[in-house]
Amino acid sequence: MKNSSALTLATLAVALLIAYNCLYVVREVDRAVLLTFGEVTNADITPGLHFKIPGVHTVRIFDGRIQTLDAATQSYLTAEREFLEVDSYAQWRIAEVSNYYTRTSGDANIANNLLSQRINTGLRNQFASRSVYEVVSGERDLLMTDLTRDLNQIVLAELGIEIVDIRVKQIDLPDEVQDSVYNRMNTERQQEASEARSTGRELSEVIRAEADRQAIVIEANAYRESEIIRGDGDAQSAAIYANAFSNDPEFYEFVRSLTAYRETFKDSGDVLLLSPDSEFFKYLNNSAAE
Amino acid sequence: MAWNEPEDNKGKKPDSEDPWNSYRPRGGGNDQGPPDLDEIIASLSKRFSAFLGGKRSGGGSSGGSNSVSGGLVLGIITIMAILWVGMGFYTVDEQERGVVLRFGRALEGVVLPGLHWNPWLVDEVNKINVTRVYDESFSNSMLTEDDNIVDVSMTVQYQVTDARSYYLNVRDPVVSLQMAAESAIRHEIGSSEMEAATTSAREQIAVDVKIRLQSYMDLYQTGITVSEVNLDQAQQPAPVRAAYDDVIKAGVDQVAFQNEANAYANQVIPEARGLARRVIEEANGYRDQVIARAEGEAQRFTQLLAEYQRSPEVTRERLYLETMQEVLGNTSKVLIAVEGGNNMMYLPLDQMLQRSGNNGRVSMEALSTQDLRNLSNQVIQDLNRQPTGTRTGR
Repeated sequence: MKNSSALTLATLAVALLIAYNCLYVVREVDRAVLLTFGEVTNADITPGLHFKIPGVHTVRIFDGRIQTLDAATQSYLTAEREFLEVDSYAQWRIAEVSNYYTRTSGDANIANNLLSQRINTGLRNQFASRSVYEVVSGERDLLMTDLTRDLNQIVLAELGIEIVDIRVKQIDLPDEVQDSVYNRMNTERQQEASEARSTGRELSEVIRAEADRQAIVIEANAYRESEIIRGDGDAQSAAIYANAFSNDPEFYEFVRSLTAYRETFKDSGDVLLLSPDSEFFKYLNNSAAE
Repeated sequence: MAWNEPEDNKGKKPDSEDPWNSYRPRGGGNDQGPPDLDEIIASLSKRFSAFLGGKRSGGGSSGGSNSVSGGLVLGIITIMAILWVGMGFYTVDEQERGVVLRFGRALEGVVLPGLHWNPWLVDEVNKINVTRVYDESFSNSMLTEDDNIVDVSMTVQYQVTDARSYYLNVRDPVVSLQMAAESAIRHEIGSSEMEAATTSAREQIAVDVKIRLQSYMDLYQTGITVSEVNLDQAQQPAPVRAAYDDVIKAGVDQVAFQNEANAYANQVIPEARGLARRVIEEANGYRDQVIARAEGEAQRFTQLLAEYQRSPEVTRERLYLETMQEVLGNTSKVLIAVEGGNNMMYLPLDQMLQRSGNNGRVSMEALSTQDLRNLSNQVIQDLNRQPTGTRTGR
């Protein structure tokens, strides 16, 4: 009877083994093809538990999610015949599994390789018809949607791949051009700096000149006013003198002359050479009254 | 055969966590040989059977053997069932949401935090952290709209808000995000002018990058929400930084020049005003002075005139003599009373002047001795022409 228990267990084990070999799971994130003797018989197996006959059916399963292709940096020529160093990436996923399987043997590396060649060609064409300005700023979005649309028509049929998005990451100038850009930026800034300084000097000179002008005008006005005041003083004093002295002009002349003599000879260093017959010395020679 | 070293396991990925799980085919699509669960069970049963059978065979009794074997099989199955149920329990952390694949097919919704049970080996639970904020940093130099180059560093903060999309739609969402973020920042910087990118428009650029990046994330259905984009730095590259700094310095210099000029103006104009005031005040002083003097002198004259008119002769003579006394008393005098014409007279004028200059204040340096001699000779000649006699006084 021990054989019967061993048999039960053996039967159970064989049943499990068969079940395991005949059942397979396609996960929600995967895409799968069923091959019957190497020929694709079910091109798109839905997710879930499925049955196959071992030895007859083979199942190939691929990641069906969006994958990233990071393309290597390439030089592209723009419409102005300038080189740009461009780095791009693509988001893609498997759209037609059987196509994908037959074209790439289901190898994601092969798929990436083929796809990057396509993208490379596409970008080259897009860049060739656009200027640097357009690819750097103006038409990035347009360029990418054009490229995505064009490429999708090709790669869907050729590789079974759907491109969700292609984007340019880096658009850089080649090193030697970059140096000249730096040079240009530097000279532009130098212009700006010297202009700012010169403008400063200009404004400074204007302010100084204005100040000097104001100072001169202020002083000149003051001079005018002072002259008027002095003239007024002179006029008033002249009037006062005239008013007083016109009472006896001859006596004024006499008094004024005496004052003048006094003023003139007030220094002891003055030497007078006198003749004794002057009025002052009339008693020096002769004491008699005339 | 060991539990975890199945012989037919060679095709399996090395990172497979445990041998129980390896029943399912992996993404690479290699149709690997079956793991050995069933074989293990089979071999176990065989060994148990052999062991028990050997024991029993010694006893020679076969009556109870059937029921014992049947009970053993049942026992094994029961133990395995209990084990299976027990293995089905799992917890989802508060931070996490679970995405469940049942026989590969995704179940609706997500599993919320807490203790859960699922049929082990049938369900695959993927726990995704949806509360943590991740960040990615980027730093690079890029072209601006006006063909300049600017160094930008940026930080993107994001969260997984849709665990199902995050797990089911994109193979490597973080890589996709990195690529998309680099593209987005370059796009926005490439659409801005250097001046704006480095100064005023930085905030706006960060906002635009966030919107753009989010639209890419939505396009790829990554289930990622970009919570924040920070433009940490957007500045001129090192080779031109000095020139840019110099522009800033020049701006400061410009202001400084004007300030200096203003300072000059602030100095000059008040000084001029002060000077003007001085000139005017001096003029006022002069006017008042001359008027006062005039009034004084006029008054003095008028008063003197009144006296003079009372006795003109005496007053006149007195005034004259007083004045002459004062004049002559103050000065050096030479009284010449030379009669006739031809006598030569030597007047040592220079010595006289020098003497008087010593006690007086007159300096004769301006006149040379020769000049003085000539002058005195001429004076003598003039005097000689007059008919008076000559006397030398004092």
